[in-house]
Amino acid sequence: MTDNQSLFEYLLRLGDNSLILGQRLAEWCGHAPILEEELALTNIGLDLVGQSRLLLSYAAEVEGAGRDEDKLAFHRDTQAWRNLLLLEQPNGDFAKTIVRQFFFDNFQYLQFEKLCQSKDERIAAIAAKSLKEITYHRRHSTNWVLRLGDGTTESHEKMQVAIDELWGFLPEMFDMDEVDAELVADGIGVDVSALKPQWDNAVNAVLAEATLERPEDTWSVRGSREGKHSEHLGYLLAEMQFLQRAYPDAKW
Amino acid sequence: MVTMLAIEDIKAVLELVKDPEIPVLSVEDMGIIRDVRYLDGRLQVIITPTYSGCPAMDVIEQDISTILKLHAVDNFDICTELSPAWTTDWITEDGREKLRAFGIAPPTGKSKGALLGHDAVGCPQCRSTNTVMVSEFGSTACKAHYKCQDCLEPFDYFKCV
Repeated sequence: MTDNQSLFEYLLRLGDNSLILGQRLAEWCGHAPILEEELALTNIGLDLVGQSRLLLSYAAEVEGAGRDEDKLAFHRDTQAWRNLLLLEQPNGDFAKTIVRQFFFDNFQYLQFEKLCQSKDERIAAIAAKSLKEITYHRRHSTNWVLRLGDGTTESHEKMQVAIDELWGFLPEMFDMDEVDAELVADGIGVDVSALKPQWDNAVNAVLAEATLERPEDTWSVRGSREGKHSEHLGYLLAEMQFLQRAYPDAKW
Repeated sequence: MVTMLAIEDIKAVLELVKDPEIPVLSVEDMGIIRDVRYLDGRLQVIITPTYSGCPAMDVIEQDISTILKLHAVDNFDICTELSPAWTTDWITEDGREKLRAFGIAPPTGKSKGALLGHDAVGCPQCRSTNTVMVSEFGSTACKAHYKCQDCLEPFDYFKCV
């Protein structure tokens, strides 16, 4: 039987993934290479922030400690965050943002597809709602991987560099700890380790078509499930949380 | 004494609430209002979000609240239900015509499997299907940006989801 603490933890992982990547995409506002991509990246970011609101609201209710989605988003320090390390990595150039998105879209699609069958009805509803959006995100990032990978010498090179730089952050996506195991056993969560073959197939096919190389698995970093993050998350939070830190509980 | 308006009358009142981003459509046309019912004498308006992050939802909730109070309905709750997830299939026929007249191409076909391919979109101005997608993302989460190759008019397409 899943206790509330485990469910809370699980919801944070899902919600934090969406929120941190949404915040990263929002950073492109005013900086994207073309207007259409400006709209695309911020639209995707908005979907992700929307998902995180649903998930973190639920997390706050499950916790029952009087916090709400805003408290969870704006009043938590680095070590309390549970997002994947991949998602907090800086945007870098457009290639790196697209590669990060492509890796995560493919993962999130498989994860949420399974969550649609969660025995927790609220999680299932949020997943079904989000899956449509994720399908659209995945189509967008896939098209860019193909276009840039199989594009000019320069675009190809930038894509390959981005893939190599992010590759070691990917194994963490498929890790399972005792919280994951508990929720899987109760039919609420997803066995993400079992998603790896499908993810590999989907990603390999696109990389091959894009003439990009799948790197060797030579390094990996992990730690988000214990709140161990890269230095980049602190800077992201400093910006995202500034207003609520400077003026606690400000409303407008 | 508290009077209870009939559900039909409540629905007529709610017809006055427009989508703030697409003011020709009522929230009823959009399929955002899922149900209107009384529970133990208290009115419940069940709404469903179009996109998870749609910023119009907060405004829509406020507008529903305002219009109900204007019609002397005070005893109500506005509840959000996610399941089943909103689909463009719920946009009424009337709503689709209004969209087209407003210059937005309504969603093509049914939502099932729609996201796997690209849609053949008709120009809302000249009805030609000789159109190209300019961007998969438009001015709001629910729209993509297209251009007509015949009349050359750029237009928004309401994504089929």
